[in-house]
Amino acid sequence: MRRPVPRRPSGHGPRRSLRRSLGRGSRRLAGGLRVRLVVTFVLVALVSAVTATALAYRDARTAVLQRTQNTAVNDLRERVAVVGAGLDLPPDQRSLSRFAAKVSEGLGARIVVARHQDLTAVSDAYADTEGRITAELRAAVRSGDGARFQRVQWRGDPYLVVGTPVTYADGDRRTSGLEVFVITDLRAERDDTAALLDSVRTGTVPVVVLAALLALLAAGTVLRPVRKLGRATRELAAGDLGSRVAVRGHDELADLARTFNETADALQASDAELRAQEAKARRFVADVSHELRTPLAAMTMVATVLEEDADQLPPDAAHAARTVGAETARLSRLVEDLMEISRFDAGAVRLDATVTDLADTVRASLALRGWTDRVTVELREDVRAVVDRRRIDVIVANLVGNALRHGAPPVTVTLAAPGGDRVTLEVADRGPGLPPEAQERVFDRFYKADAARTRSTSGGGDRGGGGPGADGSFGQGGFGQGSGLGMAIALENARLHGGTIEAAERPEGGAVFTLHLPLRHPEEEEEGDG
Amino acid sequence: MRIIGPMPHVLLIEDDASVRDGMELVLRRHGYGVETAATGEQALALLAGERGARVELAVLDLMLPGMDGFEVCRRIRARAPKLPVIMLTARGDDRDIVTGLEAGADDYVVKPVTAPVLEARIRAALRRAEPYPRQGPGADRTDHAGLVIDRAGLTVTKHGVALALPPTELRVLLELSASPGRVLTRDQLLASVWDHTFLGDSRLVDAAVGRLRAKIEDVPARPRYVQTVRGFGYRFGPL
Repeated sequence: MRRPVPRRPSGHGPRRSLRRSLGRGSRRLAGGLRVRLVVTFVLVALVSAVTATALAYRDARTAVLQRTQNTAVNDLRERVAVVGAGLDLPPDQRSLSRFAAKVSEGLGARIVVARHQDLTAVSDAYADTEGRITAELRAAVRSGDGARFQRVQWRGDPYLVVGTPVTYADGDRRTSGLEVFVITDLRAERDDTAALLDSVRTGTVPVVVLAALLALLAAGTVLRPVRKLGRATRELAAGDLGSRVAVRGHDELADLARTFNETADALQASDAELRAQEAKARRFVADVSHELRTPLAAMTMVATVLEEDADQLPPDAAHAARTVGAETARLSRLVEDLMEISRFDAGAVRLDATVTDLADTVRASLALRGWTDRVTVELREDVRAVVDRRRIDVIVANLVGNALRHGAPPVTVTLAAPGGDRVTLEVADRGPGLPPEAQERVFDRFYKADAARTRSTSGGGDRGGGGPGADGSFGQGGFGQGSGLGMAIALENARLHGGTIEAAERPEGGAVFTLHLPLRHPEEEEEGDG
Repeated sequence: MRIIGPMPHVLLIEDDASVRDGMELVLRRHGYGVETAATGEQALALLAGERGARVELAVLDLMLPGMDGFEVCRRIRARAPKLPVIMLTARGDDRDIVTGLEAGADDYVVKPVTAPVLEARIRAALRRAEPYPRQGPGADRTDHAGLVIDRAGLTVTKHGVALALPPTELRVLLELSASPGRVLTRDQLLASVWDHTFLGDSRLVDAAVGRLRAKIEDVPARPRYVQTVRGFGYRFGPL
């Protein structure tokens, strides 16, 4: 039932920033280095392959077409020369048809069209030639003095149409008015170049895959050290200052790793130094408090004698005696609080938790200090939780004491269980409230709010001369001057229970402190027997 | 208010002279006879001597030069089982408190302690050594399966053998056995045995029960007489 509480590091900042940095991991997939590298490699491979292919394709296609054209023009010219010799001009329809057929015969049965003025003869009577021999080409042939050619698309297929005027064979090369056109089918050439394109396309896929693999490999060699460095950085951020990375090679990444290690070394060294100093300071505080306690024990004891006999003393001496008594009590509280906070700092506190009725505890805390009449309570009954009753009492005493000391009446204490798993205890007053900067600092040690919030510096109405018996051996809770540590101790006690205390300003004025406690149910209590 | 005698004698065992003098001054003013010792060795010698016979209660500082307070407490218990011992301890030094209670201390007060608190504890401890009020006719002497409790004579015997129970343990046993089978919470025991009205340290009860079991139970780890009722408190029997 009593369980040791693990030491809680006093700094909270690094943890929070670590949580933020851990959240970054999920975004890494989309824009990660690995993805970017692969995309880049693939793009480069694609662009090079496509560019090279495009250039090669263009050259090959041009060469093939050029050769076809040249062959077609030469063939036509030679054939016309051979067949044309036997043609009488001007021809009639029959001789022109025969001429066309003969020319076609020598050109592998390509479609040949011969024209002479209004006469037209086609080697293949069924072929439609009008769509393929354009007016443009005809005009060019008629006006020019040599062979002309044109590539045309007809019904989805490519054709090469060569046209030439026929000249007389004598010296002056007069045009005879006869024009010959031959239509060459380019489908074979087209298929050849298409096949070339296909083979290039099938060759690109493995190249791209290879590029992607190479990219992954490269990414791996770069990413592995980067990932190691990342892990080490996260460990460092999580507080493992001994985290280091292995330095391999002499590249930029190795430099980075070396720098990381040096930084971590420096950090570890200064952290150790700070910790040592802090531990020393804390030990000093604890030692001082401890040393103060023995003389205080003697003073506390005899101060009672002075206070008891004050009535029989002359007024000045009586006043002095009472002051000694009151201040001794205050000094005791301060030393007790210092020792208590030192114990929290040293992690030497333990939770002595038992099943407790919280409403009863609050009422008893108030009654013990004679505050029942000064405080309005609104307590939810039958809230039982596993808590350290003495520590809850310390929290209540400090929060209510603070409200009575610094706030203004009415002070209200509200116990509620808003969820099934937590309880809240609200201590509200109607005083000047808490400005935002005070809300942050009110739990700091020895924090003093400005004079406006310190209502009773004179101590007139507080605590009278009733003697210290009421608050007995509990250091806190006196409703005179606070030690300046009460709120810090209250917060530490709340945290020890896994809870917290929030300070805020009420909308209608005044300050409100809310203790949040996780509700551990009685069933969860593990009790050792004997 | 006191029944036993006009001048109860208190032994102060405290090494710091000022604290010792302060306590002596306060206690004498309130009508106590005071013996003082600066070390454990002195205290034990004093208790063994003629003056020791008058001492009805010891206030023991745990931080002593030489023999430490725990050892002194154990030796006092061995020599004078019925002498109430109140420890002076540092607040929150849980280990000290637990060890001190295990060593047999009846109660503890925290340094620096105010005079009224110290006095209240001393009074309560002395009261524990007084005869227990009757529980009704014939209830003076009860036999619980071999454990015979004599409320008038404040003696306990087990199978005929007298047990030397310190007042606190005896008181816990008397409270619990007054109504066998009924559960008493730690708070109830703190109120009735220690006079702590609120926020008494429940470890006082647990430690006293532990010491009591070691003396009256056959197997202290499996108690028959003083049983734990998990989450509530303790119960005498059922046997």
